[in-house]
Amino acid sequence: MAMTRRLLPISVFALLMAAIPFIPGMPPFWIVLLNNIGLAALVAMGLVLLTGVGGLTSFGQAAFCGFGAYTTAVLTTAYGVSPWLTLPLSLLVSGGAAVLLGLVTVRLSGHYLPLGTIAWGIGLFYLFSKLEFLGRNDGITGIPPLSIGTLKMLDAGTIYYAIWIAVLVCALLSMNLLDSRTGRAIRALRRGHVAAEAFGVQTPRAKLLVFIYAAVLAGLSGWLYAHFQRAANPTPFGAHAGIEYLFIAVVGGAGYVWGAVLGAGIVVILKEILQSYLPLLFRGEGQLETIVFGILLVLLLQLAPTGAWPWLMARLPFKPAAKRPDPSLTLPARARPALAPGALLRIDNARKQFGGVIAVNDVSFEVHAREIVALIGPNGAGKSTTFNLITGVLTSSGGTISVLGRNIDNAPPQEVARLGIARTFQHVKLVPDMSVLENVAIGAHLRGHAGAISSMLRLDRADEAKLLAEAARQIERVGLGDQIDQPAGSLSLGQQRIVEIARALCVDPILLLLDEPAAGLRHMEKQRLAALLRTLRDGGMSVLLVEHDMGFVMDLADRIVVLDFGTKIAEGTPDAIKSNPDVIRAYLGAAA
Amino acid sequence: MNTTIMLFLVQDGITNGAIYALLGLALVLVFAVTRVILIPQGEFVTFGALTYATLSAGAMPGTALLAVAMGAVAFGLDLFAGRRSLHRRLIARAFAINILLPVAIYALTSWIAGKNTPIAVNIALSLLIVAAIGLSLYRIVFQPLAHTSVLVLLIASVGAHLALQGLGLVFFGAEGQRGPSISDAAFMVGPLRFTGQSIAVYAVTIAFIVGLWLFFGLTLYGKALRATAVNRLGARLVGIRTTLSGQIAFLLASVIGAISGILIVPITTLYYDTGFLIGLKGFIAAIIGGLISYPLTAVAALVVGTVEAFSSFYASNFKEVIVFTLILPVLVLRSLAAPEVEEEKD
Repeated sequence: MAMTRRLLPISVFALLMAAIPFIPGMPPFWIVLLNNIGLAALVAMGLVLLTGVGGLTSFGQAAFCGFGAYTTAVLTTAYGVSPWLTLPLSLLVSGGAAVLLGLVTVRLSGHYLPLGTIAWGIGLFYLFSKLEFLGRNDGITGIPPLSIGTLKMLDAGTIYYAIWIAVLVCALLSMNLLDSRTGRAIRALRRGHVAAEAFGVQTPRAKLLVFIYAAVLAGLSGWLYAHFQRAANPTPFGAHAGIEYLFIAVVGGAGYVWGAVLGAGIVVILKEILQSYLPLLFRGEGQLETIVFGILLVLLLQLAPTGAWPWLMARLPFKPAAKRPDPSLTLPARARPALAPGALLRIDNARKQFGGVIAVNDVSFEVHAREIVALIGPNGAGKSTTFNLITGVLTSSGGTISVLGRNIDNAPPQEVARLGIARTFQHVKLVPDMSVLENVAIGAHLRGHAGAISSMLRLDRADEAKLLAEAARQIERVGLGDQIDQPAGSLSLGQQRIVEIARALCVDPILLLLDEPAAGLRHMEKQRLAALLRTLRDGGMSVLLVEHDMGFVMDLADRIVVLDFGTKIAEGTPDAIKSNPDVIRAYLGAAA
Repeated sequence: MNTTIMLFLVQDGITNGAIYALLGLALVLVFAVTRVILIPQGEFVTFGALTYATLSAGAMPGTALLAVAMGAVAFGLDLFAGRRSLHRRLIARAFAINILLPVAIYALTSWIAGKNTPIAVNIALSLLIVAAIGLSLYRIVFQPLAHTSVLVLLIASVGAHLALQGLGLVFFGAEGQRGPSISDAAFMVGPLRFTGQSIAVYAVTIAFIVGLWLFFGLTLYGKALRATAVNRLGARLVGIRTTLSGQIAFLLASVIGAISGILIVPITTLYYDTGFLIGLKGFIAAIIGGLISYPLTAVAALVVGTVEAFSSFYASNFKEVIVFTLILPVLVLRSLAAPEVEEEKD
């Protein structure tokens, strides 16, 4: 049932597209336009995943089309290889190029990435136009058409089916990919890497994956283009084409797979209209359509930055169905290391210096099994920095940190998560446009196994259903069952902190690190939170929390560690801390 | 290898590199202040160069009219943005900057065009025209987007580049142009010939590097610009007009771009789309400089220029390929040296 509901709109669209060439009196030129739309949509779809969803902007996608097109052009003309055999090779070459360029570029942060892509995009364009065996500026002509049996796809009307089948299949694969464990990891990338890594996502690998995926889609488009035009020359693979693909993705709505198709339709048709009518209006020479194009791009960003697809969807009478996880499914508990006697977490002379500032100054304390320890101190005491040292977000300047006797100094965050240490953040790090359910499911990342390929082919459903069921269970547990389908960004800040706790619980942790969990909560909510943490402790979990609400801390904690200016000034039971003169001085000043 | 050839190539590389350094500086400046990665920098170069060449040829450059048109749009936007609190001073100021200034420049240009004016007048007028365009460009394209992410600004920047390059073709045609050189003086040092033009290139570059360094290090405006770059909201709270900072940055960038164009148009033939490539080479220098360091950018620009000179001698076909792939090892080094920092996005 769910299957048919999901596939129904796509099937209708597919039938519609299949019928178009049979419309009597259909001008052949329109079919050519539709082919161009399909080819552009393929590249833009890759950009949707790369830029809109993953937050990695590339101006260089046209170069990957070039790899696809030239691979088949050379192999079919110079070596007589069958076009169908060159398809995997084209994809392999564009994917391989993406691996090389991706290893270099995806690690770059922010604006370096798009700039890097402009540079190698132009470099590759010149390479295409100078290499002898690619025919230099003239390119390669006489590429054989695709053929099945005796049917040769010579005209626009037959290759039309090849192009649009590719578009539909890729759209389906892309949507499957996004709606999966790997997809959630990709969607989390846009909001920075710290949160995703805290739950075991290998962010560099996720970035490289989506980069390669986008390149392979572009390569496919290039391969189809070569057999559609039956020629390949450098022009369509240059910097301007790369810019245009990004424009298409933005026009359609950069976060939406179907936005790529819609955007391609709008831009290709608009360009056609501009090219045919502008010269009549302005009798001028030259690239008038480029001028209008540029101005439209700027206007669009100023007036409708989210693109056409979400605008269209908001006006549809029906809404997509929400996910209903099956509560009977359970994830097997993580294999736990045997709880050895002694400390669960031992921090020994941990130190962190930022230049001349010593944020954490040789701090030592322990957290034992089944214990709630609070880390308190005035603002700037080094509490969150200590959290970041434990979870591997920051590298320490000295000292050792060990979990169950195992040294985890400067282990990457993913490794720390694997040991069963889960955390929340002082500044909430959720993906605001993703539902509460999916945000929480990121916490279970390490407990699922499905990879990108099996997600695309929907072989991950059993694995995925268990992950979602676990996420739903933890959401119920923290008392947010009613908000499960809402976008996380629509919740109050206090509720978002609770969502973060649910996400951390999905790790099935042995130690929970909570950074100011009670901030922004109402009195009743705080009491519920305290009750939940006590239950967790009694169930065998340890909790280390940073909190400013003294009433909350004194009621809840078994032990308290007090930091001031990076140094531990006291440690003990709540009652001992309340009367400790050093603590009183730190909080209230010397006179008190 | 022959020492004389090597010296020639190094000289050529340094002359080109000096231009890239100028552009790289402008890019760093604009990025530091407004977070805009200024792709249309290349259009400032071509507009400056071709306006100067057109004026010198005794014709009327289309850019003067563009300045008036963009000023009118900017004036409209100013009125619309301030519609709730329109008072006479605001209108008068917007009118003076957006309407009076470009119209005066236009009038002056059409009065001068066709007369045999001295080179200095042509240069001054070209700079004024491009400066007016740069100012309006910020008002029209980037000021409404000032609060958005670097990425949105970058895409808008690409849009502005497309539109301006298209307009360049309309104004100046597809034919390349050259302008008269500033000075015909020349002297020899050993086997190398130094022309007045190349000396001017070096002098202007050094003057700008020192000038920008002093401006940002010592003056209050310079510090205000830097503060805007770090935190717009914070800068506003301490009374810095962030819009003004953006305008100053674009004004400087457009003037620097135009000067670069005027300096090279006597040496090489410029086409309406040449600026894009020249600007991108400035970019490579700016990226090597990390978009923050002026001295590093200047040094990197010289390296880019020299690599270009050598590769055009030894592998002229692959000149551009080599120059643009130069960035890859740099990016690798950067990503190894400085691991990615967390950014708060959107």
